[in-house]
Amino acid sequence: MPGSVAPTAPSARRIARFDATERTLHWVHALAFLVMLASGLVLYVPALTRLLPDRPLAKTIHLVTAVAWLAALALIALAGNRRTLARDRREIERFDDDLRWLRGRPAPQGRFNAGQKAHAIVQAALAVLFTVSGALLWLGERDTDLRLPGTIVLHDGAMLVAVALVLGHLYLALVHRSTRPALRGMVRGDVDAGWAARHHPKWAAAETPGDDRV
Amino acid sequence: MGGVDAARPQPPAGRPLGRRAFLGLVGVGLSSLLWGEPLVRLLDRAGGALPDSLSAVIPSPAGGWRIYAVNPPFPTFDPATWRLRIDGLVRQPVELSAAELRALPRADQVSDFHCVTGWSVYDVRWGGVRFDTLLAAAGGVRPEARAIDVVSAEEPYVDTLTLEQLQSPDAMLAYDMDGAPLTREHGAPARVVMPQMYGYKGVKWVARLHVTDRVEPGYWEQRGYDVDAWVGRSNGA
Repeated sequence: MPGSVAPTAPSARRIARFDATERTLHWVHALAFLVMLASGLVLYVPALTRLLPDRPLAKTIHLVTAVAWLAALALIALAGNRRTLARDRREIERFDDDLRWLRGRPAPQGRFNAGQKAHAIVQAALAVLFTVSGALLWLGERDTDLRLPGTIVLHDGAMLVAVALVLGHLYLALVHRSTRPALRGMVRGDVDAGWAARHHPKWAAAETPGDDRV
Repeated sequence: MGGVDAARPQPPAGRPLGRRAFLGLVGVGLSSLLWGEPLVRLLDRAGGALPDSLSAVIPSPAGGWRIYAVNPPFPTFDPATWRLRIDGLVRQPVELSAAELRALPRADQVSDFHCVTGWSVYDVRWGGVRFDTLLAAAGGVRPEARAIDVVSAEEPYVDTLTLEQLQSPDAMLAYDMDGAPLTREHGAPARVVMPQMYGYKGVKWVARLHVTDRVEPGYWEQRGYDVDAWVGRSNGA
């Protein structure tokens, strides 16, 4: 196989990890999350409420962002590269060696390792739960039949879980030395081939030049 | 997403554990609409048994307050100039300073707070003055008195409660909450506590108690909420 990657040293070669559709999906999701987190916390934490007492404004920002976020997701699903999205879904939902990896045993990983898969799955579930509970909170203001006592608990609980996950995600993407090179994949689309060979060997091997398997 | 992978010739490797995990998480999350609130309530009660210093550092998401204001920013409390005016159908209208308010016979209670939008805070410790005490400070009410317009420093917030409602054993004008003076966002220096009714009856930043002979719809009641806001028996509950 030509151009096989050196497993130890960083190489100048890069391989494509995320295309424009995947990166757009990620950053739309990230931006919407941060705006809704900030405006939500203003609505939620009394000490922050004092900083921005204009509650209707915070609420409007929160709701407009929520609608824009869902519309953007729908647009990406329609206008984006659907083959890529289908491939993401297939890779994330299938587990083979991943349970071994999660138990700390050596198990060569594909484009997503088991931790990334688990993170994506939980975040996807949270997106559904945020949407349902948020819609119930919104509609419940007008229709008392939709006012359930557990709605706020679910919305808040989803927020706490999501914040914990995002903090870990940011640590691995920005701080942790051995995982930091992955950031480039979500910013520019490609990652260092040597790094990929060490962290995602199954995928890196399949991506070597001359091999058109995806 | 979906549908496109039918084009793949070979079946994908591995088991669809991720799909099951996703559906399971969504299912458990949605079911929490039924069990989440009782669970938080239970944890909150258990947390109430802890010392204050400990429970202060434990986040209690749904046990927390949400601050509503209608005309931000919040009114500012200046102890030097603040006065509570009690007037209308009373024998001797008075203005009480914050110190004079605190010098009146004090009442303490622990009660739950319910917001009409669905959240609750349990076991709030309030300290303040009963309305009978306040009205006595103004020489008592005239015979035709029926209700009190509670006027907030946050204009145009106002709400009316009947004298009978305000004489409930757990109704008060509170100046302490959970062992400390009311903070600005909770209505400093004084707010109405009416645990049997939803929170919009609990006027914050109280500036004036105007005794009248009839109930006028308050701020939220002019916008569709019930005048008699009994918890669990009003507003479509």
